[in-house]
Amino acid sequence: MSTTLLAKLEHISLRMGQRVILHDVDLKVYPESVLTLIGPNGAGKSTLLRVMLGLQKADGGKVWRMPGLRVGYVPQKFHFDRLLPLTVERFIGLNLSRHDAVAIRQCAHETGVSDLLPQAVQSLSGGEFQRVLLARALLNKPHLLVLDEPGQGVDVSGLSELYQLINRLKQQHGYGVLMVSHDLHLVMASTDQVLCLNRHICCFGQPEAVSRHPEYLRLFGDSRTAGLAVYTHHHDHQHDVHGCVVPLQEGEEHKHG
Amino acid sequence: MDDFIWRAVLVGLAVVLMSGLLGVFLLWRRMAYFGDTLSHSALLGVALGLMTGTNLNVWIMLVCGVVALLMLYLQHNPALGSDALLGIIGHSALALGTVALTFLPGVRVDLMAYLFGDILAVSRTDIALTWGLAVFVMAVMAWIWRPLLSLSVHAELAQVEGVNVWRVSAVYMLLIALMVSVAMKVVGVLLLTALLIIPAAAARRFAKTPEQMAVLAVMVGMLALLAGVGISLQLDTPTGPSVVVAASALFVLAQLMPRSA
Repeated sequence: MSTTLLAKLEHISLRMGQRVILHDVDLKVYPESVLTLIGPNGAGKSTLLRVMLGLQKADGGKVWRMPGLRVGYVPQKFHFDRLLPLTVERFIGLNLSRHDAVAIRQCAHETGVSDLLPQAVQSLSGGEFQRVLLARALLNKPHLLVLDEPGQGVDVSGLSELYQLINRLKQQHGYGVLMVSHDLHLVMASTDQVLCLNRHICCFGQPEAVSRHPEYLRLFGDSRTAGLAVYTHHHDHQHDVHGCVVPLQEGEEHKHG
Repeated sequence: MDDFIWRAVLVGLAVVLMSGLLGVFLLWRRMAYFGDTLSHSALLGVALGLMTGTNLNVWIMLVCGVVALLMLYLQHNPALGSDALLGIIGHSALALGTVALTFLPGVRVDLMAYLFGDILAVSRTDIALTWGLAVFVMAVMAWIWRPLLSLSVHAELAQVEGVNVWRVSAVYMLLIALMVSVAMKVVGVLLLTALLIIPAAAARRFAKTPEQMAVLAVMVGMLALLAGVGISLQLDTPTGPSVVVAASALFVLAQLMPRSA
């Protein structure tokens, strides 16, 4: 892990009325490293992202961002008004001061949405939409990629592909990742560090360590028994398009699906 | 044809030019209520202008400008803002304006003219003022087009990507406040929102880009204006409502027409 710091939150606290949303939260984001926020609903995960992005002011604590930090933001799934005629290409380049078809095509290619460029944004499926959002975030050449529940509305087979894509692009672009995720089992496989949040920091560390932490087990114990358990595994075979079992070729990484 | 008809058409064209450009964003941002609140509060401006015996347009712009900024503040503070509150502001201003007008000593005010417009009574000064404003609105819209479009899609994404959301929203809302002051003459405070949203909605089916939709909205507005003034002359109907009826007819027609490939 690199020692250059992209962004840092120190002793962040926030209340809304009487409710404590965040209490004394610290976090640091490094280049080429994935930090995932997990936690139950209402734990303040999205709020913490908003504080990091400068969209929400904290009551106490310090927000530090590397000077000149470029951020790519993938917000939670949102609804496009049907009355807005907008193509995917236009949406990706919406914040460019000059339309740059080459750069847009390049980013769309990287996230695998080249074919969707001329389509209306309203016609996208959940998985396609997340890739389009990712392409838009890449267009900014981000040092830091912030994703708020990128798995929302994505089907199970698309999910692991999406997280693999985020990781693969991380190696190419060298960005750091800060994300909120509910997909515990997938997150654990593709993240460097996990921060388990429940208004305060429950536990923090590498995925394997966090998954054994008593606070984590207390929060997510039920989901483990419900089949969302964290497990490290290696496939000794894969499936072809007909679903038949074929042996794994040597040196090939295992694929889900 | 008579002189007053040409004056009416000239003022009307400038107004629909503005309402077309501004209206598409009102639609995209789901802010139709904003047009209502603003135009309703214009009547309070009229009352204040008549009471003080000073320029009506200035008072309308002032009242609408203050209400626009108040609404922007409410929008950015979800804890305070709600549709109900906006409705309360608009209707209170409308009622207060109407009540205040009846207290004016010596003057018999033609309330209908303010509520439904009186486009056939516009002066040469009105033409100059309205076209001046139209050019100003076009120039500013060209300037804020990209950031405004971006924040209409997703305000927080735009903000993270460097758009000053508050400032661009404020400029846009103040432009609507400016437009209200002159558009009132054409359709009156009660039907003003119709000029903003109906041409824009009619344009949707045939537009492939946001810019096409704005240009088409302006064209639909102009067509509706000419048709409305024509109907009004032929059948001796009130002009403002006739224009809105024509716009609605064009909207229905647009829904029935086959969509071009």
